[in-house]
Amino acid sequence: MLTKRIIACMDVHNGRVVKGIQFVDIVDAGDPAELAHRHARAGADEIVLLDITATHEGRGTILETVKRAAAELFVPFTVGGGVRSAEDARAVFDAGADKVSINSAAIARPELIAEIGSSFGAQAVIVAIDARRAQNSSDPVAQAEVYVSGGRKPTGRRVLDWAIEAEQRGAGEILLTSMDNDGTRAGFDCELTRLVSQAVQIPVIASGGAGSAAHFAEVFLHGKADAALAASIFHFGITDSRQLKAEIAAAGVSMRLPC
Amino acid sequence: MIAIIDYQAGNLTSVVKAVRFLGAQNVVVTQSPQDLLHASKILLPGVGHFRSTELLHTLGLTAVIRQAITAGIPFLGICVGLQWLYQGSTEAPETPGLGCFAGHCERFPAALGGQRIKSPHVGWNSLESIRPGSRLLSGIPSGSYVYYTHSWRAPLSADTAAQTLYAGAFTAAVERDNVMGVQFHPEKSAEVGLQVLKNFLAL
Repeated sequence: MLTKRIIACMDVHNGRVVKGIQFVDIVDAGDPAELAHRHARAGADEIVLLDITATHEGRGTILETVKRAAAELFVPFTVGGGVRSAEDARAVFDAGADKVSINSAAIARPELIAEIGSSFGAQAVIVAIDARRAQNSSDPVAQAEVYVSGGRKPTGRRVLDWAIEAEQRGAGEILLTSMDNDGTRAGFDCELTRLVSQAVQIPVIASGGAGSAAHFAEVFLHGKADAALAASIFHFGITDSRQLKAEIAAAGVSMRLPC
Repeated sequence: MIAIIDYQAGNLTSVVKAVRFLGAQNVVVTQSPQDLLHASKILLPGVGHFRSTELLHTLGLTAVIRQAITAGIPFLGICVGLQWLYQGSTEAPETPGLGCFAGHCERFPAALGGQRIKSPHVGWNSLESIRPGSRLLSGIPSGSYVYYTHSWRAPLSADTAAQTLYAGAFTAAVERDNVMGVQFHPEKSAEVGLQVLKNFLAL
């Protein structure tokens, strides 16, 4: 049976893993390569490294960090941040990534999705969407809006429309981050995740708000997520993936165990 | 020499890294017929479109691979590399496969029994009904998890060495004498995947 995936995410700033609270406050959490291996050993199904400084400071992705992290890492490894062209993607793949995650650059030039996919396969392209509920709307979830540039710029685009377009253009997966919930540890945005997951055929990774095993179970069972991503829940020794997964499995979700 | 065939279908870095990690000394990424005929093992990785396998034919490698297989050199196809061992795929009906194994690869259905089926099939799924005596899957118990990412799948047959369930059963691993294939990614399947590669390298 296909299991739901627990993805350990590392937000990287200047070569260090950090965790923002609603995209702003920054706390140092360690070395990306060391943490990637620790997560994999502890049972994470997949590792994501997001270079959160890449977009607004115009920096290239930190290829050396990727290379170090990818060495001897035998679970899927995704890298995002600063990938603006098929050449950028190629450099990240050459450094050892299996997938790239693209966000602002895909909004700016949606052809990028197919350009990367044609060389590396659709499975290697994750379109990341930073979403915020439209609080003044009569339907804040359906009208949720896409933000870019690390969550600083609204685009005026509906999350649902962009997710469907990304799929049509050849995205392999959608990484949906709720900016409202990110860093709060109050739970995922299950309603928004469910809406997007049911609108597309490709897997949807839920992100933003993980604080407990119950939150994961909820986003899998009610939010219809195919995978869920967490960062701060792991970094400070709150729990490891193996323990987290055992608790999620106990709630009735199929997990890769033992791992 | 371990020959890893480069036919420009996706990213080979992870496969090379895993094979080297397991201690293989002389690993070459190659398009050369001579390398294949002198190899002790041949790996055909590949993700992406079935049509990308046409390059094997263009490079003159199809006949060489047949020759190598006849000569008894252990051969392992991964993902699209497994699918190519069959007669063909509905993904590119005009592109023939090697035809080592009977049948055609087909896309996952959009729905089954009223249940919507997401595609691609991405994530960790379990190996079931592992054939006793499989050399490739030696030491791996049924129920072990491996990592998949694909939209087309190979049918079950007498050569199926393990199956996986997703919208019905499909061939997770195929094995007949020295010809083998896995639909999953052993290079991304943690300890279980490394064991599969280790078994292959030890042949």
